[in-house]
Amino acid sequence: MKDFNPASETASIVSVTDRVTRVRLNAPATAVHFLGDTAVFVGAEENVTFAKDDEVKDIAVHGGGILCATSDGKRVAVGGDDGKLVSVDAKSNIETLATDAKRRWIDNVALHADGTVAWSAGKTAFVRSPKGEEKSFDAPSTVGGLAFAPKGIRLAIAHYNGVTLWFPNMGAKPEFLEWKGSHLGVTFSADNRFLVTSMHEAALHGWRLADSRHMRMTGYPARVRSMSWSAGGKFLATSGSDSVILWPFASKDGPMGKEPGMLAPLQAKATVVACHPKDDIFAVGYSDGTILMVRIEDGAEILVRRNAGEPVAALGWNAKGSLLAFATEDGDAGLLTL
Amino acid sequence: MSEAAANKIPVTVLTGYLGAGKTTLLNRILSENHGKKYAVIVNEFGEIGIDNDLIVGADEEVFEMNNGCVCCTVRGDLVRIIDGLMKRKGKFDAIILETTGLADPAPVAQTFFVDEDVREKTALDAVVTVADAKWLSDRLKDAPEAKNQIAFADVIVLNKTDLVTAPELAEVEARIRAINPYATLHKTQRAQVKLSDVLERGAFDLDRILEIEPEFLEGDSHDHEHCHDENCTNEHHHHGHDHHHHGHDHGHGHAHGLKHYHDEDMQSLSLRTEKPIDPTKFMPWLQDLVAKDGEKILRSKGILSFKGDDDRYVFQGVHMMLEGDHQRKWRNDEKRESRVVFIGRELPEQAIREGFEKTIA
Repeated sequence: MKDFNPASETASIVSVTDRVTRVRLNAPATAVHFLGDTAVFVGAEENVTFAKDDEVKDIAVHGGGILCATSDGKRVAVGGDDGKLVSVDAKSNIETLATDAKRRWIDNVALHADGTVAWSAGKTAFVRSPKGEEKSFDAPSTVGGLAFAPKGIRLAIAHYNGVTLWFPNMGAKPEFLEWKGSHLGVTFSADNRFLVTSMHEAALHGWRLADSRHMRMTGYPARVRSMSWSAGGKFLATSGSDSVILWPFASKDGPMGKEPGMLAPLQAKATVVACHPKDDIFAVGYSDGTILMVRIEDGAEILVRRNAGEPVAALGWNAKGSLLAFATEDGDAGLLTL
Repeated sequence: MSEAAANKIPVTVLTGYLGAGKTTLLNRILSENHGKKYAVIVNEFGEIGIDNDLIVGADEEVFEMNNGCVCCTVRGDLVRIIDGLMKRKGKFDAIILETTGLADPAPVAQTFFVDEDVREKTALDAVVTVADAKWLSDRLKDAPEAKNQIAFADVIVLNKTDLVTAPELAEVEARIRAINPYATLHKTQRAQVKLSDVLERGAFDLDRILEIEPEFLEGDSHDHEHCHDENCTNEHHHHGHDHHHHGHDHGHGHAHGLKHYHDEDMQSLSLRTEKPIDPTKFMPWLQDLVAKDGEKILRSKGILSFKGDDDRYVFQGVHMMLEGDHQRKWRNDEKRESRVVFIGRELPEQAIREGFEKTIA
């Protein structure tokens, strides 16, 4: 990335804070995704906010709290405590993807590249194919997280004491990866070789899918809320510590027997990480409001936002990697153009 | 309330055996003209008529923590629900959590100790147990859950008193007191209790562990001390009188007409001393005690006077979990007395008493 020019000679950190455009949100955001070059801030309640250049527009998507959100780049899907799963596209077309019959909370959502959508309410995970065919699977306990495998229609369902790998289009018995404890978030590596969960305790757990070999990733002072794969999947960058913990996944054994990288140490807890889509760079937000861009190779840092106010709640890149959007818990938001 | 606690959403846990009147009490709280908004977490969503804007169904999933401690359990669903409710902060002032009649209050309470996010945003206010005056005595014999709920309670609403005679009421009250002499007890019909008696109690707020005197009789100012030996440094409330184990139903008359029962498996134990405590002995002893016997100890609380320390030290615990802090300076007009209470099942009384004695500086 041409714009990444941290001058290592200078005593103070290089800052691009003057290149950030403020986005005036009417309410705090909990996540941000991009549809093209439009940043879509997901509010804690009711609305998503579209922001492009100086234009900011609220779009009502829920009649209550928004509990989960994801995007495939074409649409943003949001689930709420009103029992609805709704998607919105770049033209602000709103589509209700699902309404829970019992008005249960929609806790998790995942989108597959082929248009298949998955969501969960309580213990039940649902998938709907692009043709509208719907199937469900009852997990042994409340679903903590959902993720589609990068290949085929295979859904990872994180729950208490493990992860179930469900193939909704096949009659095959779901595969169960067991590990004691409550699994809350789940993600596949882009090469489909590894599956990693974030746990209720301050740890990650991973499996090498070929042989279900366990990978314990511990040592965090706090729960890992945010995981992001670096471009090409060489690293998994994670929050939960006072620096960004990067687990190396390039070799066939993943991070086993290797020390994780620890970059961008601050006197604050990393709350969100978002890897650049093309280069080995990540953005990280901290509990003191600081946002940095960091080059993985040498740990060089650029300041995006100074420490102020509440923790950083959301970070997201557009697909080209030319825009970084952020939001803090108290509703301060901005767009950085690189 | 401490400053930290003031910013947190208070959570009242409403428990009680099936049919005791939990839902009646819940609806009373919600319908009263208090100007407050509550988020309500219930166990059977949609099956009972509760009129409230913010209501969510819970699954009562009890998760073991991954630390090898079997009694270290949390309510996994609660972690998720509180996280979700916090998306709507500003829309409610407090949370009321109604458990099923068969629920153990411990995992609920422990969730507020263990889970970092829950702890950051909310504070457990009190465990309120609704008990059926007519049937509680029977349930205490055949339902361990009912006994747990009584033992765990900060506030007990002894409901449906109109369905029992005065002697029957005295008997059920005595049975409750045999298990838990520390909870505030209110006798009610149709769960008619003042809201201030069940809400905003701060029972888990370390700053409000001011008095841990037993409350044998509501509004009755009789002498609580059952230890007749002037030099006695501690007491055991249901053992104060010369009392032998004759089985569940043995009781004897008391000056106030309230029988004193001994519950075979659930007791409370109170220790006290006016001599200063050595913190370097007390803390390891307490930690060791809950590590070994935490499964049996449901609740623990204490106010301590440490040697050479002008601050009161307070602690509380649920099973193996403990939290404690220096609270404030001892006042000049206040007796510097250390008091520790345990409520639990088959408590190793002798060992606890001896262990405590050894922590005296």
